[in-house]
Amino acid sequence: MTVASAAPPAASHVELVDVSRSFGGVHAVRGVSLRVARGEVHALIGENGAGKSTLSKIIAGALTPDDGLLRVDGQDVSFGSPRDALHHGIASIAQELTLVGSLSVAENVYLGAEPRRAGFVRRRRLRQDYDALARAAGFQLPASAVVGTLRTADQQKVEIMRAMCRGASMIIMDEPTAALSHVDTQRLHEVVRELARSGRTVLLISHFLSEVLSLADTISIMRDGALVRSGPARDESEESLIEAMLGRSLGSVFPPRPPSVSSDDRAPVLTVNGLRAPGVRNVSLTVFPGEIVGIAGLVGSGRSELAHALVGATRVSDGNIRLDGRALALRSPTDGLRAGIFLIPESRKVQGLVLQRSVLDNITLANLADYSRAGVVNGRRQRQGVSALMDRLAVRVPNPGVPVSSLSGGNQQKAMFARAMLCHPRVLIADEPTRGVDVGSRRAIYELLIDQARDGAGVLVISSDVEELLGIADRTLVMRAGTIVADLRGEQMTEQRILTAAFDESTRNATSRDQTGE
Amino acid sequence: MSTGTASPTAPASETTPASRVRLLASRMPSWRTSGILVPFLALFIALSIGSGPFFSKDNLLNILDQQSATLIMAAAGTLVLISGGIDLSVGATYALAGVVAAQFAQHHNVAVAALLGVGIGLLVGLANGVVSTIFRINSLIATLSMSFIVSGLASKVTNGNLIVLTNSPDFAKIAQSSFWSVRTSIWIALAALLCLGVLLARTTFGRYLYAAGGNAEAARLAGVRVNTVRIAAFAASGTAAGLAGLIDTSRVLSAQSSSGNQLAFTVLAGIVVGGTSILGGEGAIWRTMVGVLFIALVGNGFDLLGVNPLYQQITLGLILLLAVGLDAWSRVLRR
Repeated sequence: MTVASAAPPAASHVELVDVSRSFGGVHAVRGVSLRVARGEVHALIGENGAGKSTLSKIIAGALTPDDGLLRVDGQDVSFGSPRDALHHGIASIAQELTLVGSLSVAENVYLGAEPRRAGFVRRRRLRQDYDALARAAGFQLPASAVVGTLRTADQQKVEIMRAMCRGASMIIMDEPTAALSHVDTQRLHEVVRELARSGRTVLLISHFLSEVLSLADTISIMRDGALVRSGPARDESEESLIEAMLGRSLGSVFPPRPPSVSSDDRAPVLTVNGLRAPGVRNVSLTVFPGEIVGIAGLVGSGRSELAHALVGATRVSDGNIRLDGRALALRSPTDGLRAGIFLIPESRKVQGLVLQRSVLDNITLANLADYSRAGVVNGRRQRQGVSALMDRLAVRVPNPGVPVSSLSGGNQQKAMFARAMLCHPRVLIADEPTRGVDVGSRRAIYELLIDQARDGAGVLVISSDVEELLGIADRTLVMRAGTIVADLRGEQMTEQRILTAAFDESTRNATSRDQTGE
Repeated sequence: MSTGTASPTAPASETTPASRVRLLASRMPSWRTSGILVPFLALFIALSIGSGPFFSKDNLLNILDQQSATLIMAAAGTLVLISGGIDLSVGATYALAGVVAAQFAQHHNVAVAALLGVGIGLLVGLANGVVSTIFRINSLIATLSMSFIVSGLASKVTNGNLIVLTNSPDFAKIAQSSFWSVRTSIWIALAALLCLGVLLARTTFGRYLYAAGGNAEAARLAGVRVNTVRIAAFAASGTAAGLAGLIDTSRVLSAQSSSGNQLAFTVLAGIVVGGTSILGGEGAIWRTMVGVLFIALVGNGFDLLGVNPLYQQITLGLILLLAVGLDAWSRVLRR
């Protein structure tokens, strides 16, 4: 299928030997040994958090490994920065492009490395150099075009040429097509093939399995920071890739759940009809009291956007939200909270906690008025109200007056749950509730979610960890491109089905076509 | 209650140098809380020993009288800074309130003139708040622009002249009356500091100010009306500037449109030297009070010791750099 695959097996270009890297005790990459041959398109795939980005950053010099060896062309190297990696011909194209929109293509390509004499740019020389480079790369981009006016795929070409003019022989691309329309995706695929044809190595990180299968010569699959296998792309299929990305044993992390109550005889607590909001298109769903509903999907599929719309943090442009049968018109999170919808946001540190304030103030931030009379806070009542709850949640702190930033991730998340519980929500939405949380606290958080459901609340759990959803959810909604594409319950709720729905190619192309109609 | 699930990792991580720095950093807030007191007391004691006239009732009361306007503005400005904004228009508002009140008092009732001055401050503050939150214009730019507008209005009111109130004994009463041999200017400042201090430390509004400045998005998602809270802070700052303008006009019995030119920066310097962070989310009224008085002591000390006033400015600049530098440094450490 690809041209380069016809070439004889080339010498190893980059080799990793037993590389490990951890962040704060969590192994993002453990003992990975990997060989990338020269001139091949090598794809790296895995679920969110499997460690592929960490691994690519190690190769690109943006992260240093804690352990293990990195070899380029058989020589041991150690990179202190992306600059070091570039010296060895390895360049990385980030998802966020780093171009100056107001400058021309040629100026961007040679930015900081302009041919110059006595401080003056040699404009004709610049033009000649650029033309030669563009020919070598096989790209047809006018030198004088202003970068800001180009399509994203063409901007990526500029970024690639910039790497090439600095002597890059290996290009790392992290999700290059994630933000692209269908047409641009095709163009970028052509670019990748062109690079391989000209003898360069491409390390491609992608969520899109058909893309990987059609472009790559070799595919490496990661799971939980370890390499599952690395082999020729022609031996793989979408099914075999999905299977390899899954498959951990369900441990005792998940507390047992009482069999879910049949929901037919009860009135739903939350009904959403044809909801449209930023990042959300035409979502309808129903949640019954006592039910835990999982929301799966890739990062960027609109899960968090849906959560924000449901609490009133973003404007709903169409559709309606009913809580216990009452239609809601939410203009701010304050309204959502008053109505009884509480969101535990995705990022504790950015959206959840006021880090420099005390644990006490953070827990009571949403219902501070309950502890005050005529606007004056009664500190003693505030402490009394919180301390029993903190004992129950086993939030381990010396005293509730310490800054919340001094707590571990698990305890910070428990503080967020404590805030939620003080508000007695009818609907609790937890966005990635166990991200960055140790195993011990993880179980405690699952128990809290189950408690909330048992008390009659409707619980929505957004998670990238499919296993987690299987462990605690009664049913799972799968989102893709801003809408719900599957409602899986009972025996239908399997990792295979969830991932297939989340990754499904057919609808992706359909939505891409929507975007190209601009 | 203590299950040891998390403890095995804790002692191991405490031995790394990075965590030791973090441990040091976790003590920084308490260090910063009382940080300004040490140099303040040191300076106070040094001046008491080094200069005979310094430690006298007259001199100390005189300092407070002179600083009453700055104290009020700095206290309210602290609310704005904590909420994540900045108010550069207080100097201009101070001047406008002064000239309007003075102009009005020449022919009309003094009490109404006083209310007018404070009311103008409130209006300017509300405008600042609305522009910087609902219209999403950075508060630095919004209040800078407002200061030009307000200054222009003040010049228009006075036609560039000095308004003199020497034959208006009623106006003098506002700040120059005495209770227990302490002037009303000082009493008003103390009352304002007390009110704002309680507001910040004890009320839900105070907590919301810290939350809005510390993490606006988190506060918003927790149901705090961040915009309303910020508008209220700007309104307090504007009102305080109006009150301050009124007090100083009453103290000197004259007003002119250029009287507040440097004032916004003097006020800001006092807040920052006190240890309130310019990045929001942290600070306290009493610290601002100590900060303003610290700067005042430096000035008073230089005067009493007969040092060239030139050096006073340079010293003030260095103190400010040091205070902001320490703030930035403590933030880096805490990451």
